[in-house]
Amino acid sequence: MAEHRVELIELDRPIGDSDHGENMDRGFRAVMSKLAEAPPETPGAALKLTAMTLMSKVGGAAGPLYGTAFLRAATALGETTDVDAATLAAALQAARDGIVVRGKAESGDKTMVDAWTPAIEAAAAAAAGDGDVRKVLLAAAEAAEAGAVSTDPMLARKGRASYLGERSIGHRDPGAVSSALILRAAAGAAE
Amino acid sequence: MTVRLVVVSHSAKIADGAVELAAQMAPDVVIVPAGGTDDGRIGTSLDKVLAALEQPGDEGVVVLTDLGSAGMTAESAVEFAADPGSVLIADAPLVEGLVAAAVAAQAGADAAAVKDAAEAVYRPPAHPAEAAHGHQQPPDVTADFELVNQAGMHARPAAKIAGGLSAMDADVTLNGADGASMTELMMLAAGKGTVLHVEASGPDAAKAVGYLEGLVTSGFGEP
Repeated sequence: MAEHRVELIELDRPIGDSDHGENMDRGFRAVMSKLAEAPPETPGAALKLTAMTLMSKVGGAAGPLYGTAFLRAATALGETTDVDAATLAAALQAARDGIVVRGKAESGDKTMVDAWTPAIEAAAAAAAGDGDVRKVLLAAAEAAEAGAVSTDPMLARKGRASYLGERSIGHRDPGAVSSALILRAAAGAAE
Repeated sequence: MTVRLVVVSHSAKIADGAVELAAQMAPDVVIVPAGGTDDGRIGTSLDKVLAALEQPGDEGVVVLTDLGSAGMTAESAVEFAADPGSVLIADAPLVEGLVAAAVAAQAGADAAAVKDAAEAVYRPPAHPAEAAHGHQQPPDVTADFELVNQAGMHARPAAKIAGGLSAMDADVTLNGADGASMTELMMLAAGKGTVLHVEASGPDAAKAVGYLEGLVTSGFGEP
């Protein structure tokens, strides 16, 4: 777990805007040290510890957003130690729903929701297929990456970027990119 | 004890300054700043907000926030709070909302009324013409009082009126302005000699009008 958090931080660094990259880096470093300090017994417990740490340490909007996402995913997994494809897809859906509830953003607002919504749709489709968890995560990561790219022409309607109005067009949403990085790191860890 | 207030801001200075400002008008209200990150940077901290929420008191808590993610951190903190039902988050501009909330809390309003007082600063002012000619029930009690103090309806009188009325179960307008909204009262820009037409409805209508009479005719205790 700690290993793929490191990957995520390194992937995030070049693309984060000054604040987001810094905040995400700090947050996930704290997650790594927490996970190393007391390795959780279940995937759910690991997600919950991640959630609490991100909420405390990130500082920016990504803290409560990712914190809520990981927390809802943890709740969806419960005590299970053997996560199958359907459970995983449900946990990803719970994560996306948590982000929507917390951030009140909709698809097309140029936010991380634009990465997460295609990701959970792809994950659900993959889970309905041959039920391989790695394929579920891979499908989610690929869809999130495409979703992040799709934010380029969007006009930001939520978050700090919305203050820029028209000037937000042409830039990729950092939250959508970091979301894709998280899912890609998860897919990488599962391989 | 009154309702407690918590200020969640990205900046410790903003949180501290807003608390300092509001405390002037609400000396008995506990207002706790939760600004900045744990290590003193710009941002919000779940731990700081949780610590502010968990301070003792059983009258409920109303949270005021600044930019978007402060609201999200506050919502997250409420989910983790020992008694989430006792915490309300007001959707209001931080400084104006906090002052209005503090004044209402000082007057003994409950948490829901304190939240309403904060959020009332957002609402567009009622139009006197509509209030007079709208298709509403006639008010339970009406009265007219002349402003006799030199400065007229400035911040302190508006705070006294809004604070007192927000703790009562009555809908009150003064020349069409919402009596529970400090901002609307100040926007009347009513000077000395202005006659305030009061319309009150609800169980506490008579009490509210009596309260206003005492305040306005005594010049709010001012020259």
